[in-house]
Amino acid sequence: MNGHMQAEVITARELGFSYGSRKAVNGLSFTVQPGEVVGLLGPNGAGKTTTVRLLNGLLPPSAGSARVLGYDPATEGENLRKQTGVLTETPALYERLTARQNLQFFGEMAELPQPELKTRIEEVLTLFDLQERGDERVSTYSKGMKQRLALGRALLHNPGVLFLDEPTSGLDPEASLQVMELIDSLRRQNGHTVLLCTHNLFEAQRLCDRVLIMNSGRLLAAGRLDDLRKQLLQGLRLNIRILEAFSAEKLAELGKMSGVNSLKPVQDGLLQLDIEAEATIPGIVKYLVENGLSILEVQPVQQSLEEIYFTLQREAEGATL
Amino acid sequence: MKMRIIIAIVKKDLLEVLPNKGAWLPMIIVPLIFVVIMPLAFLLLPQVVNLSPEEMMPAYQVKGFLANLPPSMTAALDGLDQVETMQVMILGYFFAPMFLIFPLMISTIIASESFAGERERKTIEALLYTPASDAELFTGKALAAFIPAILVTWISFIIYAIVLNTAGFSIYGQVWFPLASWFPLLFWVTPAVALMGVAFTVLISARNPTFMGSYQTSGSLVILVLGLVAGQAAGVLYLSVGVGMLVGLFFWLVAGGMTWFSIKNFNRSKLLTTG
Repeated sequence: MNGHMQAEVITARELGFSYGSRKAVNGLSFTVQPGEVVGLLGPNGAGKTTTVRLLNGLLPPSAGSARVLGYDPATEGENLRKQTGVLTETPALYERLTARQNLQFFGEMAELPQPELKTRIEEVLTLFDLQERGDERVSTYSKGMKQRLALGRALLHNPGVLFLDEPTSGLDPEASLQVMELIDSLRRQNGHTVLLCTHNLFEAQRLCDRVLIMNSGRLLAAGRLDDLRKQLLQGLRLNIRILEAFSAEKLAELGKMSGVNSLKPVQDGLLQLDIEAEATIPGIVKYLVENGLSILEVQPVQQSLEEIYFTLQREAEGATL
Repeated sequence: MKMRIIIAIVKKDLLEVLPNKGAWLPMIIVPLIFVVIMPLAFLLLPQVVNLSPEEMMPAYQVKGFLANLPPSMTAALDGLDQVETMQVMILGYFFAPMFLIFPLMISTIIASESFAGERERKTIEALLYTPASDAELFTGKALAAFIPAILVTWISFIIYAIVLNTAGFSIYGQVWFPLASWFPLLFWVTPAVALMGVAFTVLISARNPTFMGSYQTSGSLVILVLGLVAGQAAGVLYLSVGVGMLVGLFFWLVAGGMTWFSIKNFNRSKLLTTG
């Protein structure tokens, strides 16, 4: 059944799953297009790992349906898993075996023909800089090396879609950066379609074309970062650097100006303002100049994914209280 | 079911057991004690300490044992003195059910490593993400425990036969072992016991996902084997060929039932949502 190719690599429609009475995934709907890197964001227990399990046919959905690479995970899991690669939350490698033995085993499970498997093992070890230590037991590897090998295992059979579940979890900053760079280069060089589950917002902001933000099994928002910013955060953030000290009285006066939503001094000489629109900026500059202050810098600031994420999570928590 | 996938799982599981001394040391030490050390002690000790047969084993005790034996078994003891009779009784008959400890012990050790150990070390999820079907995963893992259990038992039996005939040749002057009653035990009862060990461990490991916990609980099955040993020693049950076949049938039925339950409970969804 490989005439399954269609526009979307992943389609989830009202997908649901419960562990007993707890709804881990609840009415989840989204799509992932070919070549996209989509981040599935949410705190622990949001339902990210369960979603990956559902999309790979490890768990049967209690509601809704999904299609991945044209296959129904619930009924065609075996065929589907030949074409998906999954990096689990822990590397889940056989530590008593060597890296080559690990890759050999997973290649055989994916039914790669023997000569091709041999070549792929060497390619993967080279790509992830593990060739020299390929015959050493995985238990002797550092966390970063294990994660690289686990990523290599997920890519061994050239999957059509990659699921990466918390790929930098538990890694030190250096190893974390290494893994992120690897994922970034996979995406740029090979155009892999990736669903990246993470609670690391820096990682998501750097790697993802689009994000899906989840909480308690529900999708809170989905879209490109810019779209979410426009949709969820009204107005603009402005950083203003001035030379002179600013009195509390003047600060309060500026805060009351029309178009200024909030204002806070961040450090000496630096003010952070949330304003309604760009049109407010000339009025602010005029006010500062008229009050004899020397402006060093006026800079509009893009609000980060972190702010969007926490805004949504706070709203979701508020709604459940 | 795809053989390549099943063979890959068997190979991987055995490769994983090899570096675990806690798993394979008992598989070597226990058979070594039963097939080499104990038989040599029974055969050679009377000669070394130089006691008369009457001093070793009074005639009335031997008669008491013989009185309980079926005629088919007493025929093999004709013309032997008290000590020789007891040696043949112990090594030729009473030791037979002890051999069932091997398939049971080995199958439960490897199955605990393979089923519970994999969950304990959190490697199971990567395995579940492979294209293998639940049936292939179960079969591969079950065979990884079943095959070594049978092979170690058979190899132990060959060593036991060599030890008995070599060390006992000066006493009996002939190759006297194996006795007919051992064959149903080895080729009929042993596979059933090995399968029972695997299936029971799979059931246990669903609730007890640690290697030691699963192995220790599965070890309770040894009571069945000790029951056979005690039955023979007490004169209640002698493992003649016919009785061996019946005992085997009982174990196959129990193993079949347990295997059915364990297959029914072995699926990705249950592995991820229980334990």
